[in-house]
Amino acid sequence: MTGRDSPVLEVDHLTVHHGQLCAVSDFSLRLGAAETFAIIGANGAGKSTLLRTIAGLHKPSAGTIRVDGTDVTSTRASDRVGAGIALVPEGRRLFPSLNLAENLSIGTHRARPGSFTVERVYDLFPWMRERRGQRASQLSGGEQQAVAIGRALVANPRVLLLDELSLGLAPVVAQRIYALLPELLETGMTVLLVEQDVTQATRVATRVACLLEGRTTLEGRPGELTREQIESAYFGLHEEHWGDPDEAAS
Amino acid sequence: MIWVNAIVQGILIGGFYALFACGLSLLFGVMGIINLAHGDFAVIAGYAAVLLVPQTHLPLVWGFLIVVPMFALGGYVLQRTLFQTALDRGNPLTILLVTFGLSVITENALLQAFTSNGQSINIGSLIAKSFNPSPVVSISYLSLAVLIVAVVVLVGLSLTLSRTKTGRLIRAVADDREAAELVGVNYRHVFGIAAAIALATVALAGIASGMLTEFAPSSGTNNLLFAFEAVVIGGIGSLWGTLAGGIVLGIAQQIGAQINPAYQILAGHLVFLAVLAFRPNGLFRARVAA
Repeated sequence: MTGRDSPVLEVDHLTVHHGQLCAVSDFSLRLGAAETFAIIGANGAGKSTLLRTIAGLHKPSAGTIRVDGTDVTSTRASDRVGAGIALVPEGRRLFPSLNLAENLSIGTHRARPGSFTVERVYDLFPWMRERRGQRASQLSGGEQQAVAIGRALVANPRVLLLDELSLGLAPVVAQRIYALLPELLETGMTVLLVEQDVTQATRVATRVACLLEGRTTLEGRPGELTREQIESAYFGLHEEHWGDPDEAAS
Repeated sequence: MIWVNAIVQGILIGGFYALFACGLSLLFGVMGIINLAHGDFAVIAGYAAVLLVPQTHLPLVWGFLIVVPMFALGGYVLQRTLFQTALDRGNPLTILLVTFGLSVITENALLQAFTSNGQSINIGSLIAKSFNPSPVVSISYLSLAVLIVAVVVLVGLSLTLSRTKTGRLIRAVADDREAAELVGVNYRHVFGIAAAIALATVALAGIASGMLTEFAPSSGTNNLLFAFEAVVIGGIGSLWGTLAGGIVLGIAQQIGAQINPAYQILAGHLVFLAVLAFRPNGLFRARVAA
């Protein structure tokens, strides 16, 4: 914990199955306010499943998820938005037949009170204001990603979940989007992000965990982890475990 | 001029087909439900108008004021219970079988209760009134009223979808149900609203059909076929396409009938098959549910 008293997001012993396959196994996490936690890992490591389970799209087979101390494990995805969880899904998932402004304003459907409004998103991304009438499907990948983030921000979540922001984007574009994170953190928003791009993730995160076949193989602060440690955890080269995630978190 | 009349009559009947088909189009566009009981729902609406409305001492012409809200409510409940349960199974065949079953049950229950005799909604002398813009063209007020209702319903539906908050939610869940959940939209409720709208339009269509012609327990299947053809000709998911599809179908049937009365239905089917063969996406393909 980073000196804050009550965790914003608590995930305890979460296990998720896709049929027979165990996608996430006994995963635990405690996140305080304004922390940025990055989960890295190769394809199929269970990263997206983990985020989707926290957002309520998958049912866990075991474990609990709490936001601000409230147990949301059995809450519907659509109700978790009100509880303070917003996921920017992999692949952006904008509504293609809605225009930009409609995509943003639908994000306010179950918005909590807070500082993010559609206007504020326009201030963050000034280009959006003049293109608000354009269909989401006509935007470029990077623009769509920005709208997807904006759509999640206007719900004023306590925890913002970002799933593979850089996927399918030019590195420069991805970098520009990640450059926004510090501004979000000033509002006290907690960010949990999943990323294949290790460099990008370690640059923005205050803590990093590496997931391999549904298990945490490494956890720590980016500055304290060596490249070799990350590499071996990422690819599962050694059966080394770098401490219990619970312990590292507390 | 005889052909002009055929085309005019085709447009008039096309309005009815479009009214009939828009609910089918909406259910498919938003939820991916192919409602095989669509025609039978219209028949139920016809019987409801014939049986319930006289109890209220309201003129039969105004019967829709009672039947349409009833159907809207029923549509919401049906979607939230039976249809949603079927959709939750995840297999697209399940919902198809459920609507097929509903169709069979409805038809037989109606047969049992009301025999196979035809019924019609008796609106008195209104049925026969018409005007003649030219010596060979005769336009019945009732058919014109049905066409106007169809256009008003389609314009209203289109505006609702494009301008209102509810319409935005419907388009969003039609686009991406899961992404809609992620922004806090309870898609089941939105599905319910879409079904309510769809069934309200079916009720209107059923009442219109009862006034224009007559209906019997078995007429649902026939009507369903025309509705399907209108939707496919116009392009699935496009409301304006549905209107155009209904009119194209109506004109084809009337022109066929002009050639030989036996060709009326056949001509419609041929146009439908031609569209399927050459423009399988329909003549006016547009985005889903917009």
